[in-house]
Amino acid sequence: MAHTKVNKTIAEINERIRSGKAVVLNAEEMTEAVRTMGKEKAAKEVDVVTTGTFSPMCSSGLLFNIGQKEPPTIKTSKVTLNGVPAYAGLAAVDGYLGATEPREDDPLNKVYPGQFKYGGGNVIEDLVAGRTVSLRAEAYGTDCYPRKSYEKEITLADLPHAELFNPRNCYQNYNAAVNLTSRIVYTYMGPLKPNMRNVNFATAGCLSPLFNDPLFKTIGLGTRIFLGGGIGYVIGAGTQHVPNPKRNERGIPLSPAGTLELKGDLKQMEARYLRGLSFIGYGNTMSVGVGIPIPVLNEEIAWYTGVADSDIEMPVKDYGHDYPNGLPRVLQHCTYEELKSGEVEIMGKKVETVPMTSYPISLEIADKLKEWIQKGEFLLSEPVEKIPAW
Amino acid sequence: MTKEYRKNVHLTFPPTISGSPVICDLTKMFDLSFNILKAQITPRKEGHMTVEIMGTKENYQKGIEYLEKNRIVVTPVTQRISRDEDSCMHCGMCTAICPNGSLFVDREKRIVVFDIDRCTACGMCVRVCPVNAMHVDAENGMI
Repeated sequence: MAHTKVNKTIAEINERIRSGKAVVLNAEEMTEAVRTMGKEKAAKEVDVVTTGTFSPMCSSGLLFNIGQKEPPTIKTSKVTLNGVPAYAGLAAVDGYLGATEPREDDPLNKVYPGQFKYGGGNVIEDLVAGRTVSLRAEAYGTDCYPRKSYEKEITLADLPHAELFNPRNCYQNYNAAVNLTSRIVYTYMGPLKPNMRNVNFATAGCLSPLFNDPLFKTIGLGTRIFLGGGIGYVIGAGTQHVPNPKRNERGIPLSPAGTLELKGDLKQMEARYLRGLSFIGYGNTMSVGVGIPIPVLNEEIAWYTGVADSDIEMPVKDYGHDYPNGLPRVLQHCTYEELKSGEVEIMGKKVETVPMTSYPISLEIADKLKEWIQKGEFLLSEPVEKIPAW
Repeated sequence: MTKEYRKNVHLTFPPTISGSPVICDLTKMFDLSFNILKAQITPRKEGHMTVEIMGTKENYQKGIEYLEKNRIVVTPVTQRISRDEDSCMHCGMCTAICPNGSLFVDREKRIVVFDIDRCTACGMCVRVCPVNAMHVDAENGMI
């Protein structure tokens, strides 16, 4: 690492947080701070930058245990929560409910485009909101676990263990989606009108966690974060993590790249930051609120956290023909600044832009994390293992 | 004449009227312009129409009185559609599909604005909203 003039440690920053002296800015404020005072002064003055995002993140789910409260004991082999199947191929009463799992009797896309009114993400939201959920389990019966079926109305409080466990969140950059065909398509990027009449994009821009630490210099296994309104942890690189994408001069990838695997105790979380979603014609998913604190250890980190919307270049891809056929063509790149302006020019045509990420809630998350740190309620953790990125 | 006044209304025609040319009278008699956004006659011959009416406020009121005299039930569209403000997370997905821009993103505040005066209650947002925050009163089956 290059020699830096400012050198702080996480332990020192935590000391300042404990004594209520830490200077904390959200990522939007930090962009402005670095622009006006320069990276070195910003690194001296600012201790922590808080980021936030509230986006659809399909690779999310709930790892739970239902306990053995009513003997005889059971080893569940088929489990549903409000009719949504969970994976039960774990120990006796453990299960995993994925956010994108539709309800068992959902008509799916049989009547196209399907509505997907209720799925795994909605079950998780219902549990966090304190609503009652109907649990059904079946088993084949063994000598040690003789019970063959179990039904109960449960709430989150009845589950001895409930952990949000997300194999892939916080995608660092993502495709902006258009449709070059002549019919509407319904995708995980939302409905795309024919002949490129809208371009859909998902990111919180300069607030987004992995744009503020593009080379994972501070975020690693063990980083304590805001997750769904509670406290969670980064537990490594997420699935499909790409360590070595093409990057621009700020280190921002030009294609979907880094991802994070996250976990956190569901019982501390809030339904406002975990919303079950129904994507017409596509399926169920969930919006997850994530906020990651970035310790400003030196001017290099300050410079990275100074990322502006104009530095973020997103690849535009055709989801009408190219994406379903696995064609890698990138039509062009658009900056997040252009995309958020409401209209961009793609291949010489003016196209209306449509966001999928809630910017107000992303900002709210960054500000909430900032408040926790300012009050001394949230300390930063030292990552125990690095996430590969170069 | 300035046509500064414009309003979207939903009209319900009783079976005896649904076959008569009443709407064009708005133009002939009251100098109002109209834009038919949706029209349907049910198997029971009841007519439903969502229409944007433009003209002076005075003429608009006269026109509405004329319609009502002809036993057409006039309902402002704005009473037929609503947004659950607690549920809306301001993602913006509905803005892709809203046909006339009554749902749009405020570029400064980055929130989704719902301009009910422009809304035609077509119901597209209801189908698209991922958190089911948009609701249309479907009493006459006209979604």
